[in-house]
Amino acid sequence: MANNQHAAPAPVGGSLINVVTLSCGVLIALMAAILMVRFLFGLGAVTGLNDGYPWGIWIAVDVVIGSAFACGGFSVAMLVYIFNKGEYHPLVRPALLASLFGYTLAGAGVMFDLGRWWNVWNMYWPGSINPNSVMFEVAICISLYIVVMWIEFSPVVLEQFGKRDIKKKVSKAMFFIIALGTVLPMMHQSSLGTLLVVLGVQVHPLWQTPVLPLLYLLSAIFMGYAVVLFESCVASSAYRRKIEMHMLTPMAKIMLGILVVFIVVRFGDLLVRGALSKAFVPSVEALMFWLEMACCIAPLILIGAESNRRNPARLFLAGILLMLGGALMRLNGFLIGYETNIGDAGGFTYFPTLAEVLVTAGMFAIEVLGYIIITRRFPVLPREDVQAAH
Amino acid sequence: MGTRRDFLKGVLASGAAATACVATVPALARETRPRPPEALGLLYDATLCVGCKACVAACKESNNNPPEFSTVDHLWDTPLDTSGYTFNIIKMYRNGTMDVKDQETNGYAFMKTSCMHCGDPSCVSACPVSAMTKDPETGVVGYNPDKCIGCRYCVAACPFGIPKYQYDSPTGRIGKCELCRHRHKDGHYSACAEVCPTGATLFGRTEDLLAEAKRRLAMKPGELNRFPRGRLRPAQEKMLQGKADGKGEKKRVGWRNEPDQSYETPAGKYLQHVYGEKEYGGTQVLKLSAVNFEKVGMPNLPPDAAAAMSETIQHNLYGNLIMPFAVLGAMTYVAKRNVKPDDEPTDKEEG
Repeated sequence: MANNQHAAPAPVGGSLINVVTLSCGVLIALMAAILMVRFLFGLGAVTGLNDGYPWGIWIAVDVVIGSAFACGGFSVAMLVYIFNKGEYHPLVRPALLASLFGYTLAGAGVMFDLGRWWNVWNMYWPGSINPNSVMFEVAICISLYIVVMWIEFSPVVLEQFGKRDIKKKVSKAMFFIIALGTVLPMMHQSSLGTLLVVLGVQVHPLWQTPVLPLLYLLSAIFMGYAVVLFESCVASSAYRRKIEMHMLTPMAKIMLGILVVFIVVRFGDLLVRGALSKAFVPSVEALMFWLEMACCIAPLILIGAESNRRNPARLFLAGILLMLGGALMRLNGFLIGYETNIGDAGGFTYFPTLAEVLVTAGMFAIEVLGYIIITRRFPVLPREDVQAAH
Repeated sequence: MGTRRDFLKGVLASGAAATACVATVPALARETRPRPPEALGLLYDATLCVGCKACVAACKESNNNPPEFSTVDHLWDTPLDTSGYTFNIIKMYRNGTMDVKDQETNGYAFMKTSCMHCGDPSCVSACPVSAMTKDPETGVVGYNPDKCIGCRYCVAACPFGIPKYQYDSPTGRIGKCELCRHRHKDGHYSACAEVCPTGATLFGRTEDLLAEAKRRLAMKPGELNRFPRGRLRPAQEKMLQGKADGKGEKKRVGWRNEPDQSYETPAGKYLQHVYGEKEYGGTQVLKLSAVNFEKVGMPNLPPDAAAAMSETIQHNLYGNLIMPFAVLGAMTYVAKRNVKPDDEPTDKEEG
């Protein structure tokens, strides 16, 4: 097992100005302009939101799906530090970086959507908080987790600026920070599912169940691994680095394990509640359900065999499918399968406006740009020359 | 080899921790809450409603809401639904030739849409910052814009589609009926009931209103009966005073004196169903109708409030933070063993 020795992380280097970073810049500028209109004239000026669909893609995509995509750091940290699989260690920093961006932006994205954002301090004010509220729990855990992740990531910054003594001090407490960094995402990723429970009969039975917290937690974990597969493939192709197959292949197996548990719980729940029949009624909901299921089941066929897990293209595709599957479950629960005030459908419809889509695109652009800048300038990815000597 | 053994240990430790947590945390099933005994509410009787919309106008005026237009000429307030600026509206059910009032086929009927003031409101459970609250005494579901962060979880949560947001404003608020609680201290009750010419909207204690509703259901359709208007006065009226120390807003010092406004009219062909008696555990606003409630826009709801299920899950997982701390303890223990102080990636080799 001598080949388990890892290369130390090092900045990738290279120019920060290229087609990708410039496109990101344009998208971010557009987002800034739209947000200015939103804050001056209200949510109605730029979004397609209405009282039948009070939450649009800024919540369903930017926050609920975005934070699940940002579970790579959590999933890999669990593997390395809790299950002591040291061989995955080089994946921790890049995954953590992506998570850091994902969560920080999800947190910022919430602010764009809050109609009375200047009152947000009430979320942390003991005289105002409501511990019965699922959203309160989600907000506190996400806020804390963002802080925890910045501390987890701080050694990278401290290393780069040569603050080794501070880094040593942080490292001493790191085991606790890492433990917190596994518990907090478990709490809020499950609660993001529980958010739907109080909506009651307004959420279609295919997505409304008391086991929502378990479904959202399990899917967040496999989405975390799926995102790592995706990122590793994209990073190695974009930076022309060797793909880390020796880590990705066994990690994919763990991902499939979680996926199987998820599928069993998902179908078990539908059967027990007698809701599965709803999936055979010709409707948009049923179609979306099967699309979601197809994305979750296809990876089992695609990379079920060990030999197939050694194929980077298949891993990449499986990663994308699982990201999509988890994302669809969230989109379906929060938007497609949601109908307000059933019985008296007040003719409400929602489709995101171009402005909403551009803000979401701008958020993802910040993530991509941040990832590029930091991996090129800070020690995140494993040093390449050691692997190139192979 | 160490790694596999450690891996298994990790699995066992976290599995055991999780099981221990689930086993030690008692199942705190939170039952659906009933309305408070002195709950205030409205009784809307669709068979008495003539669709004059005096209540819609009075509601606008009492809540200082601007008119909303749905016609080309913008002559008067014509909202089509409740909104951030319209808290009460009378909707019309139409079918076929619309010949007979309160008839499902070839008929028409009215229905009031406004906050039901649930015994166990989803909006109050959902609100993260206690901007939406339920008065423990009167049960009125009130809104405080100074706390509200505008997340619109209440809008999403309400099964009646009642809390609405003002999307056209950069400082938009949630708008909903608060049963005119701002008028209570002057002895006024809900404006909609105060102005209703036929007593179709009646204000009172929900307990009394429920008894009144049941009295009406027992009537023979078409038979002449006496119907109260404005505020329903029970035989012995209970007056609630403000707090003994004189602090805090006085809630009900007593209602304004009004002459008896009851009148005689034939009873309607009621469906034997008091809407709001059992729905979501019971609401403080009750409704009577001759036309199927779902057809006039009142959703078919289970007897248990979604808030009870949501809070049961929430408190079983996070009650007193027992489970999170137990899992955190287990994770800290395992991480302490696996994370080397000054964790240099190059130092990490196989075990």
